[in-house]
Amino acid sequence: MATVSLRDLLFSSLLSKVFLPPRAGIYFGPIRSRSIGYRRNFFPLKSCGERKLSTTHSSEAKCWRGDYAQLEKADIEALAKLADVSKPTALPSKRSETSSVCITSADQLRSYNTDWTGQFHGNSQLCLRPSNAEAVAAILSYCNQKKLAVTPQGGNTGLVGGSVPVFDEIILSMSRMNRILEMDEEHGIVTVEAGVPLSRVDSFCRERGFSFPLDLGAKDSCQIGGNLATNAGGSRYIRYGSLHGTVLGLEVVLADGTVLDLGSGKRIRKDNTGYDLKHLFIGSEGTLGVITKATFACYPAPLGTQAAFVGITGDFARVRHWLLDARRDLAEHLRAFEVMDAEAMMLHRSYSRGFRDPFREPHSFYILIETSTGITAERAASTPLETWLEKMIRSHERSDVIIAQDLTQSAQFWQLRESLPEMVRQSGPSVLKYDLSLPLTVFYDIVEVTRERLRQEALDAHVYAWGHVADGNLHLNISGTAPKAILHAALEPWLYEWTLQHGGSCSAEHGIGLLKSHLLARSKGTVTLGIMERLKAVMDPNGILNPYKLFKTCSRAE
Amino acid sequence: MSVPTLRILVGVKRVVDYAVKVRVKPDHSAVETANLKTSMNPFCELAVEAAVQLRERLGAERVAEVVAASIGPAANQETLRTALAMGADRAVLVSTDNASAAANSPSLESEPLGVARALAAMQSRLNANLIILGKQAIDDDANQTGQLLAGILNWSQATFLSKIEFEEQSDWLQVDREVDEGIERLRLRLPCVLTCDLRLNQPRYVTLPNLMRAKTKPIETRTPSELGVTLNPHWMITRVDEPPSRRQVTMLRNVDELVAKLRQLGVLNRS
Repeated sequence: MATVSLRDLLFSSLLSKVFLPPRAGIYFGPIRSRSIGYRRNFFPLKSCGERKLSTTHSSEAKCWRGDYAQLEKADIEALAKLADVSKPTALPSKRSETSSVCITSADQLRSYNTDWTGQFHGNSQLCLRPSNAEAVAAILSYCNQKKLAVTPQGGNTGLVGGSVPVFDEIILSMSRMNRILEMDEEHGIVTVEAGVPLSRVDSFCRERGFSFPLDLGAKDSCQIGGNLATNAGGSRYIRYGSLHGTVLGLEVVLADGTVLDLGSGKRIRKDNTGYDLKHLFIGSEGTLGVITKATFACYPAPLGTQAAFVGITGDFARVRHWLLDARRDLAEHLRAFEVMDAEAMMLHRSYSRGFRDPFREPHSFYILIETSTGITAERAASTPLETWLEKMIRSHERSDVIIAQDLTQSAQFWQLRESLPEMVRQSGPSVLKYDLSLPLTVFYDIVEVTRERLRQEALDAHVYAWGHVADGNLHLNISGTAPKAILHAALEPWLYEWTLQHGGSCSAEHGIGLLKSHLLARSKGTVTLGIMERLKAVMDPNGILNPYKLFKTCSRAE
Repeated sequence: MSVPTLRILVGVKRVVDYAVKVRVKPDHSAVETANLKTSMNPFCELAVEAAVQLRERLGAERVAEVVAASIGPAANQETLRTALAMGADRAVLVSTDNASAAANSPSLESEPLGVARALAAMQSRLNANLIILGKQAIDDDANQTGQLLAGILNWSQATFLSKIEFEEQSDWLQVDREVDEGIERLRLRLPCVLTCDLRLNQPRYVTLPNLMRAKTKPIETRTPSELGVTLNPHWMITRVDEPPSRRQVTMLRNVDELVAKLRQLGVLNRS
């Protein structure tokens, strides 16, 4: 378990520009590690204390509170009643001890008001946890009439501040809508409510011999609704593609309380009848509607999977050769291809308890490859992965390969890759995270130029890189003792400009949220942005759904 | 007197993978094992690693060969391949594939007495003077094979080991056993049977070059009758049930409540 040092507390208070001593106390954030029978890692978030946040201006969002109503006592009572429409839930939510519908105590609200990275703190006075779509509709209808702002929230594991309020928006938590409604094994279709944690759907499908098309490191805490609202990518993207392709139907509640059935529960795959509206909501980050139900296509799980961990010495061009070859020789067998660099492995050496170096000597890059095995002849000499790996190491001398012999070893390889966000969080008081899409030709160049830039500015910070390289998705993390504001000033907007110039995206899978709202215009251009804003105005005229996120709105109070 | 060379026999078992969640069959006759991923028993991995480490520590002159053996169907060759890839020199499969229908009960491979007899027969063929096994298998948790084997061979045994050390140029070993009260230190002499516990070592990952080399190492197949062993089942499993679900956990707020609760349960006497 990581401990919060005095330096951490001091930095967090300095950087947030609030000169109040932080309250002595730590609390635990959501669980983010993939675990099979391993002890889960709880990571304390930085204490935010009983700070008096300004109620009209947010330094984090750099804007003023919008023209929304103030939450009155009468509103709280009315909403509590609306949220408590009686329909039984299958399981109590893991996140709080009580399964209450309406939360108003500051203590309990703290974890809802703070995001996973500890950067963003809201000041919501009310969290509603309805258990069905009718209750959600009633709540939104009321809030729309009264012009009360609402922030929908799932597992609160987002990394761009999109899941927590900026001011006093009402938090609409989907945690109690956690039933898996239906699994149709013949059609390979599963229907779930939006508050189901991803790991539960994943194991549900696996038990029935199916593979859910989505998998993330945060699977134990993140919820399906949030995954959809952010169009989550993850490590199975290479095999099953984007959620836009694997979602068959949604049920969404609009800002005015209309329950929109966009094909949830349907058992057919192809349906070209009019504009396919569900795609609007996937990736909309809770600004166009609240997703309450989703139907996914899931695929029969492969008979077996095999994982290998490869260490490569040399430059990034070798990784590209390996990727190209893997795609060609392994074809549909390839299920995952993840990369991490030497610095990221050093994170493990420094911060991972009981870390075991997989290889005798350090390498420049490490690749995790997972393949599926279909039906094979009995006593087949080698699996496709082994045959391909034998071919690869014959032509690449300075590479080491280990092959997992059982599921526990596969899980250990995955742990090396998926626990990196937690390792980097422990590594330094200042952590900057970037999630970029880049063409493979310049994939690692950005890491090297970032290191060079930090060296030129003589800043004490390390650059760690890992990612879903097969999708061109780089997770660039900078951490060190240099103050965060200074690192920020040194790297932005230069890093984003570099990415855009080289044809990349500033946010591959994490989304825009609050953190990157200033980049939307730069990324998409004013014309496209204009159409997005018009669409938002049509769907949510009062602007009550997750305000201040996505679009850089900056209204001033009169 | 010259120090005897070691001929190490390691027994390995193929079991349902440790990470897989198993279920009881609807008729409660057995655990559902069809189509589940199987791999080497984790304690057998420790045994293979121990044998390979002994050779690395004592040198190839001292350790003549490390042989891995398994009793079961042809699928066990996968498990033997892993043992070879970890460093065993050759492997033997005692095949139960063509056993008679009656004898082919689900517990046939599992029964420790049959396995011990087969391993004893293997020992005499190979002239092994050190046998290393895992302490138990994770499917039956029997924890009997090593002990039975030592009895059949009339050899010394040391079980639940967390440390194995040979004395300098001698056929005496010093071992640490994990027992309930702590660690027990024993000194025993070859020939002997050792069984391994978790803290003995950390089994190595299989590297690709070793896996490739393992494909050229021989896996012999023998039948029980060739070895002069009959594997007759002695057990009949009458019923399998899941363990009862845990009772409600009560959180107590302070020591006074704890004392009151313990008194209420009659655990603490009023004194």
